[in-house]
Amino acid sequence: MQSSSTHTSHAAQHDAHDHHELGFWQKYVFSTDHKVIGIQYALTSLLFLLFGFFLMGMMRWQLAYPGKPIPIFGGLLEKMLGSVASGGIMSSDLYNAFGAMHGTIMVFLGIVPLAFAAFGNYVVPLQIGAPDMAFPKLNMASYWVYFLGGVIMVFSFFIPGGAAQSGWTSYSPLATVTPTAGQTYWLVGMVFLITSSLLGAVNFLATIIQLRAPGMTWMRLPFFVWAQFVTGFLLLLAFPPLEAAGLMQLMDKVAGTSFFLPTGLMVSGKPLDISGGGSPLLWQHLFWFLAHPEVYVLILPGMGIIAEVLCNNVRKPIWGYKSLVYSVFAIGFVSFIVWAHHMYLTGMGTAISTFFQTTTMIISIPSIIILTVFFITLWGGSIRFTTPMLFALAFLPMFGIGGLTGLPLGFNFVDLHMHDTYYVIAHFHYVVAPGTIFALFAGLYFWYPKATGRFMSEFWGKVHFWTSFVFMNLIFFPMFIQGMAGMSRRMYDGGVNYSVANSANDGMIGALSSSIIGSNVTISVAAWCLGLSQIPFIINFFYSMVRGKKVESDNPWHSTTLEWQTPTPPPHGNFAVAPVIYRGPYEYSVPGASKDYTPQNEPDAPSRKK
Amino acid sequence: MSQTTHDTHSPAAHGSHGGHDLQADLRKYMIVFGALIVGTIVTVLASYIHFGSTSINIAVALLIASVKVFLVGGYFMHLISEKKMIFAILGSTVFFVIGLMYLIIWSMEPTSHIHIPH
Amino acid sequence: MDIPYTVKEREDTGLYNAKLGIWLFLASEVMLFGALFSSYILLRVGASPGTWPHSILNVPLGTLNTIVLIVSSITVVMAWASLKMNKFGDWRKYQGITLLCALGFLGIKSYEYYDKFTHYEVITNDGKVFDGHLVMQDTEKVVLHPGNHRVITYAAEQLGYGPKPEAEHGHEVEKAPAAHEATPAHEATAAHGAEAVEEHVTIARSNIKRMQNYGPYHHAYLAIYFTLTGLHALHVIGGALVMAYFFGPGAKMWKSEPERFINRIEVSGLFWHFVDLVWIFLFPVLYLL
Repeated sequence: MQSSSTHTSHAAQHDAHDHHELGFWQKYVFSTDHKVIGIQYALTSLLFLLFGFFLMGMMRWQLAYPGKPIPIFGGLLEKMLGSVASGGIMSSDLYNAFGAMHGTIMVFLGIVPLAFAAFGNYVVPLQIGAPDMAFPKLNMASYWVYFLGGVIMVFSFFIPGGAAQSGWTSYSPLATVTPTAGQTYWLVGMVFLITSSLLGAVNFLATIIQLRAPGMTWMRLPFFVWAQFVTGFLLLLAFPPLEAAGLMQLMDKVAGTSFFLPTGLMVSGKPLDISGGGSPLLWQHLFWFLAHPEVYVLILPGMGIIAEVLCNNVRKPIWGYKSLVYSVFAIGFVSFIVWAHHMYLTGMGTAISTFFQTTTMIISIPSIIILTVFFITLWGGSIRFTTPMLFALAFLPMFGIGGLTGLPLGFNFVDLHMHDTYYVIAHFHYVVAPGTIFALFAGLYFWYPKATGRFMSEFWGKVHFWTSFVFMNLIFFPMFIQGMAGMSRRMYDGGVNYSVANSANDGMIGALSSSIIGSNVTISVAAWCLGLSQIPFIINFFYSMVRGKKVESDNPWHSTTLEWQTPTPPPHGNFAVAPVIYRGPYEYSVPGASKDYTPQNEPDAPSRKK
Repeated sequence: MSQTTHDTHSPAAHGSHGGHDLQADLRKYMIVFGALIVGTIVTVLASYIHFGSTSINIAVALLIASVKVFLVGGYFMHLISEKKMIFAILGSTVFFVIGLMYLIIWSMEPTSHIHIPH
Repeated sequence: MDIPYTVKEREDTGLYNAKLGIWLFLASEVMLFGALFSSYILLRVGASPGTWPHSILNVPLGTLNTIVLIVSSITVVMAWASLKMNKFGDWRKYQGITLLCALGFLGIKSYEYYDKFTHYEVITNDGKVFDGHLVMQDTEKVVLHPGNHRVITYAAEQLGYGPKPEAEHGHEVEKAPAAHEATPAHEATAAHGAEAVEEHVTIARSNIKRMQNYGPYHHAYLAIYFTLTGLHALHVIGGALVMAYFFGPGAKMWKSEPERFINRIEVSGLFWHFVDLVWIFLFPVLYLL
């Protein structure tokens, strides 16, 4: 790409724009400033993450102690939700609703908005030297549409019949023929969330393509920006098919059509009064066409954060910047043609299964390259073990475990056994929970001083890290073993019915042993402890805003990228003078330089000029 | 494609549109308009002719539709003289949409099975 | 600092922000309609042989609507060119015609929808199937005006009213033998199960087991027809609202920031052409094939 250092004309025209005072509502609520919107996204999505975690905490009680009243929260659930939690005992309907909503909330209301929208909004314009996003009003609309989608999802818990119960995947016909209205709310909520994502994706892509500062050529972009760029494309092109599928399922629910209902469908022994002629497999195709790229939407921004944090704390350039960029593109591209590896058990043909198995194996190559690049970057560095760095370092093996355990699932013959077991849950949670969420924590601790002007407490940060790290593994590692023993992921009673303890199963081959069932308790206790270990983080997060150690400069981590070359916190419009970029993103420890980092907007010293 | 159109929309010429170039464009728009109307009528007429098999009828109709899409996209939306960036975006979109259609349809067909001879 | 390239093109990409934005948006729209077209193909291929309906839509009206949209496309591009040539009056004229076309399109489409919602299939208690447009109904009876083309539903197929073997690809319009009752597949002539008044057929309420109009729930074809055309109509409405805004209060910008206004007209025009493109595919796929 050509250098664009010539056009600086707009720099001259900055005017009274940043002077006029805005009222409270425009400044903090209906703001068009990318930083405020980023923080709004961050706070909302963190709340949703906590909420999604709470749902799972309740489900873990039911799995560990089936049919026993939930302590502490049981009464509250009964009061709020009524008969589905009578006596504080979780009913199977409530378990299904919590399961479906846990997935939906974590993916669509928690991680994507935090990883893509919150960090993207706050950091990307700063890193490319832009005054704001390309379409600030669209940006605000995107947040509020997301917010409405979230409100609809939460509201659906309180309607008669409760929230959607058919899993976050919402497979038809189950999702359609479930008589409650929860699924309809889910679909309407999803239409809002998808619209929000599309607006966001258009905005991010336009911003990255159009608003890079003079001299910020493509190959000088920080890796985080690249990751967001590819993520934007994934959202832009993968979400619409799910929107189409959502509209069709909504038609099935509301207008009585049969897009996903086959001819002659019987429910509870009775034929349904429907026209038929639909295809259940069509839903799965359209759903996974989104949901597989969605996996990369979840992980790529995390990888971007890791690259930033690693380089900064290793004090050396990233090893293999170009391989990173090409790998992330390869992932983005191939991720569109692997989706049906979620559907091996649907009876698709063997030839097409082989096709998807092949593409699935191919996509692991760029992922491995990225991980390798990160590991080699550590080599020979003088590592600073700050809290963000600890989370970043933990990300590497955690994502490694998550990724590698995915390979067996990608082979259709192994998948026949593993499909829909706890092994699958362990696999994708290793990618998303100790993977992406650790990366997000790294990002929060890393950019917190930029947004607030204060550090979060290092001590409590480390407490947060070590406890989270231990409990995450205690939760998810036993699940691999449970899954390999054949324990299904959808069982409401924690598998008791299929255990050797149930006398009806005497002599049954493959009945779940007592140690497999017993792991349920270990896992649940670890999950609740993981919840407790977030308390230091929550207190630290709010306490540090007012009492944290103040930063001594605008660039407290001695970083090279542009977001640290602004005032702290950055004002409306970000840069007082339009920055001009002279170098790549990670010039740490350049031999002969006066300090161990050279910011991207620092011109070459006269003596070093060629 | 036509060199004049290209020049009209190159960055250097943009914004200082000569009246002459636009006049030429207007004539082109009218020709395209005529072609679209003709295409519509031909599509309707072709649907009343039985070409021997339904698939040929479908192919003919989709072919005419594609030509019309090319005309609208190329001239009304100025794609024939558009920037590289737009092509990159649309190219990947078309690739993925074809992938989506093709793979879904393939997965539903008997040919998606490997046949092992007895 | 102000946001750059809101009006002028960026040198290396040659685009202003909104133009890139609309193309990105259109790319996602291509995926949206692409997924729906894929669904159409799948439903059609998966339909039981001979039951995918042909010729149940009004082809002359569809053709007219196609032409209306093409006219609106040319006026959109002429409107933009007029502004480029600094002829604001011409722009007003063309923009106005575009809006009228949008209204005309929606009007014709509504009439077609109305036609489907007044078309009924009636299944009687004695297992007969009647099909036609509703003439009148009261608490005692229902009067239908039978037509030549009907959708073969699963329910009708079960009762022996399946596809006729010889009329599988029914473009050759055969005169139905004064069909008061939809023709059962196994019978050459219509049975007279009901009292016939002229071309109409009257069915007693008490004899009706199920009465359903040609809404989206009636058949997979109608489901995809209503979904595709409904979504398309929403796009027409959205586009028309934006263009009406530029026609009315939005036109003030021509005085203050003419270049930006031209950009807005160009961007809304791109969206409008896309809506036209979708229809160019929808028309043959739904009306003719």
